[in-house]
Amino acid sequence: MKSLVSITDFSKQDILSVLEHAANFEKDSRQRLLQGKVVATLFFEPSTRTRLSFETAINRLGGRVIGFSDANNTSMAKGETLKDTIMMVANYADLIVMRHPLEGAARYASEISRIPIINAGDGANQHPTQTLLDLYSIKKTQGKLDDLNIAMVGDLKYGRTVHSLLQAMSLFRTSFTFIAPPELAMPGEYKNLLAKKKLQYSEHLDLEGSINDADIIYMTRVQRERFLDPMEYEKVKQLYVLRNSMLSNTRPNVKILHPLPRVNEINIDVDSNPKAYYFQQAGNGVFARMAAICHLLNL
Amino acid sequence: MKEEKQLKVSAIKNGTVIDHIPASNLFKVIEILALSHCKNQITFGNNLESKKLGSKAIIKIADRFFADDEVNRIALVAPQAKLNIIKNYNVIEKRTVEIPDEIHSIAKCMNPMCVTNHQAIPTKFKVISRQEVTLQCAYCEKITDQERLVILSGIR
Ligand SMILES: [Zn+2]
Repeated sequence: MKSLVSITDFSKQDILSVLEHAANFEKDSRQRLLQGKVVATLFFEPSTRTRLSFETAINRLGGRVIGFSDANNTSMAKGETLKDTIMMVANYADLIVMRHPLEGAARYASEISRIPIINAGDGANQHPTQTLLDLYSIKKTQGKLDDLNIAMVGDLKYGRTVHSLLQAMSLFRTSFTFIAPPELAMPGEYKNLLAKKKLQYSEHLDLEGSINDADIIYMTRVQRERFLDPMEYEKVKQLYVLRNSMLSNTRPNVKILHPLPRVNEINIDVDSNPKAYYFQQAGNGVFARMAAICHLLNL
Repeated sequence: MKEEKQLKVSAIKNGTVIDHIPASNLFKVIEILALSHCKNQITFGNNLESKKLGSKAIIKIADRFFADDEVNRIALVAPQAKLNIIKNYNVIEKRTVEIPDEIHSIAKCMNPMCVTNHQAIPTKFKVISRQEVTLQCAYCEKITDQERLVILSGIR
């Protein structure tokens, strides 16, 4: 029985199959493949955005949803263990989508559950369906996943979305452009992974000019709590803001992605540029999640 | 020298002598091997002189022999440990310990947000490096290195 806890649980074949199904669902979103099935969405911590995306996906497929959106009102608040909750719900549902504030909670659930688990976020650790929707957005806008240059901007040290995207894109012929302050640079383990796969990358401190060869510009939030010195944060925050004027020499096919919500790292003057894709990207989440659910249920 | 050692920790007829345990980790070894629950005759010495370790500990357990996977559990805290298997006062076999590929229920994950630090879940690590012990948590995926390695208490 397969679960999706971390994007590395999916092979290249799994990913390609999910993306293909996602495209079919986008063409015809009324395929009732989950008719008669029950999917549990267990949100041990609230995340309205993610939960609505999953529940829309399940509803569009004709499935039923059970679950909770906040563990505060459930027996977990009275001290029921994660194990007991998962064991109970596994009796009722065909698949569990779960979000939990503790890291590793979904992996543990996948070990004890007799039905597939989709990790919808375990603390700061993994959120693999975000990566699937990122991949789907890349494939949809570029028509391919090979021979692309992906520029990653901002917090490349702690940002889990860029790490997962890097791991997934390293299955294809990708080159990377890392743009980050030294204190938030891409960790060595990920650069080693690329070196091992003979994939090229370059590192830059300045945003302006470094994005001109990119096919995808993946923006991330630079978070205040990553800095000991608040002055340093203010300085860095201003340096990694994408403005419309910076896009004039970029490739015509380039698209700007962001996992949302944004703070100030993409200036609002970018929003009306056709190269901006972050709002459509979020919309793609429903199709990617429909495909991931069906893939795990072998539908 | 040999005579002196005999006086410090008495010899056993049959059993296992675990030597070259770092003095600071004697009690961790006792805990990992659950020797506090063991009914056999056990003698141990601590803060003995050692050229290799500066100060070492030694444990002698009468009539007890360990399987490899059992004794490899101490490799995290006593990587240089040597086992002497004693039969009839003679050393019939010498063994070293080896860090296994996976570590179960011994180490604590250094990540305060890890699910294993909040729920009754046995810890599990993949060993990434043996030289400088580096463990990757099977749950939160974070790295616990030698510096932050904490051995769980109350292991059975
Ligand atoms: Zn952990």
